[in-house]
Amino acid sequence: MVSICMYFQLHQPHRLRKYSIFEIGKSRNYFNDPKNEKIVKKVAGKCYIPANQTILDLIHSTDGKFKASFSMSGTILEQLEAHVPEVIESFKNLIKTGCVEILDETYHHSLSSVFNQDEFKEQVGMHRKKIKNMFGFIPQVFRNTELIYSNEIAKLAEDMGYQAVLAEGADKILDWRSSNFVYTPVGTKIKLLLKNHKLSDDIAFRFGDMGWEEYPLTAEKFAQWISAVNGNGEIINLFMDYETFGEHQWEEKGIFNFLKALPSEILKHPDNNFVTPMDAIKKFEPVAELDVPYHTSWADIERDLSAWLGNNMQTQAAEKLYELTPLVTRSNNPELIRDWRNLQTSDHFYYMCTKWFNDGDVHKYFNPFDSPYEAFISFMNILNDVRLRLREANIMATEKKWLNDVPQENMFWIKDGTGIRNMAELSASFRTMANETYKHHATAERNDFANWVKLVVGDEVLATNLQNCKRKIMAAKLVEERIKYLRQ
Amino acid sequence: MLGWEFPPVSRGGLGRACHGLVHGLAKKGAEITFVVPVFPGTKKGKGVKVVSACGVGKIKLKEIISGLSPYETDEDYKSMLNYKGGNIKSLYGRSLWGEVERFTKNVALIAEGEDFDLIHAHDWMAFEAGIKAKEISGKPLIVQVHSTEIDRTGANGVNQRVYDTERRGIHMADRVITVSEMEKDRIVHHYGAPKEKIDVVYNAINAEEHKNFSRGLHIDKHKKIVLFLGRVTIQKGPDYFIDAAKKVLDYNKDTVFVVAGSGDMTSRLIEQASHLGISDRVFFTGYISDEEIQKLMKSASVLVMPSISEPFGIVALEAMLNRVPLIVSKQSGVVEVINHCMKVDFWDVDEMANKILATLHYDPLGDSLSENGYMDVYNMNWDYPAESCKGIYETMLGL
Repeated sequence: MVSICMYFQLHQPHRLRKYSIFEIGKSRNYFNDPKNEKIVKKVAGKCYIPANQTILDLIHSTDGKFKASFSMSGTILEQLEAHVPEVIESFKNLIKTGCVEILDETYHHSLSSVFNQDEFKEQVGMHRKKIKNMFGFIPQVFRNTELIYSNEIAKLAEDMGYQAVLAEGADKILDWRSSNFVYTPVGTKIKLLLKNHKLSDDIAFRFGDMGWEEYPLTAEKFAQWISAVNGNGEIINLFMDYETFGEHQWEEKGIFNFLKALPSEILKHPDNNFVTPMDAIKKFEPVAELDVPYHTSWADIERDLSAWLGNNMQTQAAEKLYELTPLVTRSNNPELIRDWRNLQTSDHFYYMCTKWFNDGDVHKYFNPFDSPYEAFISFMNILNDVRLRLREANIMATEKKWLNDVPQENMFWIKDGTGIRNMAELSASFRTMANETYKHHATAERNDFANWVKLVVGDEVLATNLQNCKRKIMAAKLVEERIKYLRQ
Repeated sequence: MLGWEFPPVSRGGLGRACHGLVHGLAKKGAEITFVVPVFPGTKKGKGVKVVSACGVGKIKLKEIISGLSPYETDEDYKSMLNYKGGNIKSLYGRSLWGEVERFTKNVALIAEGEDFDLIHAHDWMAFEAGIKAKEISGKPLIVQVHSTEIDRTGANGVNQRVYDTERRGIHMADRVITVSEMEKDRIVHHYGAPKEKIDVVYNAINAEEHKNFSRGLHIDKHKKIVLFLGRVTIQKGPDYFIDAAKKVLDYNKDTVFVVAGSGDMTSRLIEQASHLGISDRVFFTGYISDEEIQKLMKSASVLVMPSISEPFGIVALEAMLNRVPLIVSKQSGVVEVINHCMKVDFWDVDEMANKILATLHYDPLGDSLSENGYMDVYNMNWDYPAESCKGIYETMLGL
């Protein structure tokens, strides 16, 4: 008996436009709306609409034996609502059949699981709410952005009440094991479904590759590969981007005909059937615990985070973005919070990837920028505008007590022996301390002054600004300005 | 092979390109006689010895004593003659054209005496000589175009006689080599050359020649340096550099701009900078030596190459090899072979300033460009162009 579990991912980001440094403080228009609209309409026409129709037909023609599951980011749902609402309607019809399951993910298709757990939970909650409101469906299974997964993420999903998580069946985590069984993440009671990357990628990446020895791939041949698993596996998880159908793989190459023929070919073997993730976890018990202490994903050959966080530009952009979390949360400004969250979408970091730049490849897919450098520049300029807006928004959120002396035991002891009790003493000490002393406390990796202001004094606005301050004179000015503000 | 300049006596990319190509070809077993006019009084090309010492191939360097040097206009030439107080004995009149004619006659004499299989002439001053050598020897002629009058003048104030010489050379040649696809299109459109007759052979750079750097210089350690490096002529777009400097300085005062190189636009640029009120932030070095170039590169945070029409642009490769983040105009042929740099339209001063500021403000940008740029050009040596060139020779000789 082999069960086939198909999950398709729908996602489009709010792509950024080219945003110049000279626009900081002048323009809050970050997103390339015309381009995004054009792309979502194009993809809907080539993929979402015809593929949804195909799947609906398949469910009817197989009397409900064909089943599928979907995960849709909040950012694609917003764009579909605005520009191609008929796609939303067709999903409602699919869900009505009872053969289609919807999964949860982060609303903004973000990397928040890597950077900030509170933000992550917030975004998953937003997604859950969106799916409930839109489709009246409450997902029980979680899939993280780009199948980013680790023990920790599994634990978070369990805490949030999910019954299972999806992940890449990466060779490095499986070793001798097979992805064709249900596992349980170490330290949890939930279940883990692993992508069969060989069979999934045969469709998603290799289907139209004329240089591939199996080209052309027919439904009959593929069904034989599936049936061959009988006896050494229980479930085959075929996970892929929904755009595989009609966008990555073209209709002219026969991808829709393949999809149309696949269920009946697979069902020819009496021991085969289709399941959704919920069916699967009810049906199969975990064969073992799986320990994944580091992050895996379904991207590139490395199956790690290097597609989004593989170079200095990417890591700095992400760190600077998430560093703002407390300020954003405090700002109480819905527009600002929305923009900041839309900047978290993983695609923005994907465009900054230099790994494959020379070869040109999937990173170019609907990429609005000519080079990773352009992507980084616009992102950082926009981030600086967000920072400016945050500063404005947070001016009101001040507290006079930040000017008071801190308790004796929480004093800041500078390397030169000076003890600091309050902000005024801090700014005075910046004026007198040696450059070396400043550099000792404020390095590229950590800034003791900023940490003290944040954790002891409690002023996160000032702390964030100090964090980026390379020169003590600038630091002194920042603190003096801040004191002035707080005294008003 | 006929050229205008050969290092160490060289003022621009042409000499370095000829040098790289000749060495590359010699390594592959070609025998080359390089005929070059050498300005009297300058150091003789000790490159000759270095060349023959490598012993793989055979390169003879023939010098014809002459006032001819590249990138010159007739006016430059006359003023140079006046400046030197008539020290230069010119047999054929006191003009650049006289020198070209004299170079041509001398090449004719060499063509009669030497045994060779084909003629390869670099840029217009050598074209007449190439045609003459072809007439005398009956051997096939290749002309290589490193830059055209259209590029050098920005199609503004084209010298008709120079253009005609270029056109005649391109049409009389059996094959034409250009240094980029962009330049190939230009030759087709502006000179009416048939596409099939043109091959593209990109320039390259020898990493090992750039290894011994002295440490950089510091104008002011708190100020970051933005560098322009090249002849200060309309072709190189230095005026756009000054305009971008103004925009950058309005935003960030802790920056200085260095215009390194000499040329006929220098005084105009000094006026432009003073008119914009940024004279204290823009430095003009005048002509500078190779060693000074390297020091400047070592100190620069970013190098801008805003050429309005650049057939190739070897400076771009040199910057990347020196790990200097590079901003280069999309109108430069070199963008066809490099990835890890920032590309702008030469006229888009706002974008140029945006990219300069981004490099100065966001450290990972400069770091990534510097590291990846270096990897991009590290292996871009003269082997490959020499191989292409050799292939062209062999095809022409029916080998």
